[in-house]
Amino acid sequence: MPVWQTEQGPAWRHRTTTAQWLHWLGWLLAAMAFVVCWQIMTVDTKWFFVKDAPSQAADLFSRAWPPKWSYVNTLWGALWDTINIATLGTLIGVMLAVPVAFLAARNTTPSHLVLRPFALFVIVASRSINSLIWALLLVAILGPGILAGIIAIALRSIGFVGKLLYEAIEEIDESQVEAVQATGASRAQVIDYGIVPQVLPAFAGICVFRWDINIRESTILGLVGAGGIGLQLQSSLNTLAWSQVTVIFALILATVIFSEWVSSRVRKNII
Amino acid sequence: MSEVQAVSRRWRRPPILIRNDFWRRAIYSGALLYLLLAIGTLEVDWQRAYEGLERGARFLQGFLTPDFTSRFDQIQQGMVESVTMTVCSTMVGVLISVPIGLGAARNISPLPVYLVCRAIIAVSRAFQEIIIAILFVAMFGFGAFAGFVTLSFATIGFLAKLLADDIEEIDPRQAEAVRGTGGGWWQVVNYGVQPQVMPRLIGLSLYRFDINFRESAVIGIVGAGGIGATLNTAMDRYDYSTASAILILIIIFVMLAEYSSGYIRKWIQ
Repeated sequence: MPVWQTEQGPAWRHRTTTAQWLHWLGWLLAAMAFVVCWQIMTVDTKWFFVKDAPSQAADLFSRAWPPKWSYVNTLWGALWDTINIATLGTLIGVMLAVPVAFLAARNTTPSHLVLRPFALFVIVASRSINSLIWALLLVAILGPGILAGIIAIALRSIGFVGKLLYEAIEEIDESQVEAVQATGASRAQVIDYGIVPQVLPAFAGICVFRWDINIRESTILGLVGAGGIGLQLQSSLNTLAWSQVTVIFALILATVIFSEWVSSRVRKNII
Repeated sequence: MSEVQAVSRRWRRPPILIRNDFWRRAIYSGALLYLLLAIGTLEVDWQRAYEGLERGARFLQGFLTPDFTSRFDQIQQGMVESVTMTVCSTMVGVLISVPIGLGAARNISPLPVYLVCRAIIAVSRAFQEIIIAILFVAMFGFGAFAGFVTLSFATIGFLAKLLADDIEEIDPRQAEAVRGTGGGWWQVVNYGVQPQVMPRLIGLSLYRFDINFRESAVIGIVGAGGIGATLNTAMDRYDYSTASAILILIIIFVMLAEYSSGYIRKWIQ
């Protein structure tokens, strides 16, 4: 903290003069970036529609209310599909992610030069593409249906589970591994008895956490044709049946809250 | 010695996850039953999947020969929209979420304010960006503006929550010391709280910038502008080489955003 000598004695200031200037410069640059981006972004904006938004919103809510609760009976099948997409997708994703994580972790990878960068690339590539884009691709290849959704979720989960799991593997207690090695155990036995028991609670926590995220993501995959409750959402949106949309939103919300509850319960019991 | 006997007994590995015998069996068999049921509902049209293989091959081919040029105008426009949308929405989102985050921290705000702010956070976090985008597109019309509003809205839930949790976890002695000198609420926040959470706030904002770019690449699918709209059109036209060019661009941009934001975060903290 800078202190200045003034005629009245020492005075305290929050920042040095340079820091102060840098601070203002930072704000100025941010404001400039904002103005420039705003100009470019709103070139095609129809301000008429934006001004109209409050009345549009009011109109929307008047059409969405009251919800058409009887519609919920046609949704159970779609909800079951959604849950299956999330669960099976998580399962496949986890099965693919485990070997990737062991290849990526510094202390278990068989080759630092080839396999570790490859595994890290798989993780980054999987994480940088949204599951909706994966679904868009897979629907084009496999045709619409829940299989495309399951694979999309699986491909998306590899990066997440792989990244968290390999970090957990790198943080293990090495003395236990050495103890198992000292008994003359083979490489597979070292992993089985020295590493797996240490990362298993973290692993289970990661899987449940990802399952929870996947439930959220699988609710919208139907928008691009990959099955589940999103399909009903898409068809209700296309026919402008907003009172049905309200019901679907309510059901999605309930499912998301339920999955969050399950996942936090399981994680609390494990860790 | 009698201990010798114990050594010759075989050691059995205890179950790792669920100790209780009954619950372990119940949970495992329940999971198996669910799996059978779930796989039973899979209706795979193998004929269709087989036909799809040819498309998959074409797609892979497109990936090897990405076509950046023939639809360059649309790709460029989509990319510019995505980037500007990300910048504007992150800034607006951060500016709005700071006061909400302050309000949602129990240790510096009164109960009624706390409840209102936490409610705002809960509403913003409840739904996926895509679902929020559907609503905002219906209100604001198609285009980047709806996307901007969506991302700003989603940023609030993320940032305000993490900021509030952070403020609740600060070292109370520093705030207490400022209060002890006779500082008012603003001074406590400015000198006691802000220095403790500022590095985290900057880090989180950069992280959210990164997330907002990823999301801006998909909300175009429901009409909220950005590169997602371009990608969707390319897929609808079965124009795989353009689609793969867009995907490659998205991957590059996401990686750039991730690495640079990670670098800046390390530099700040």
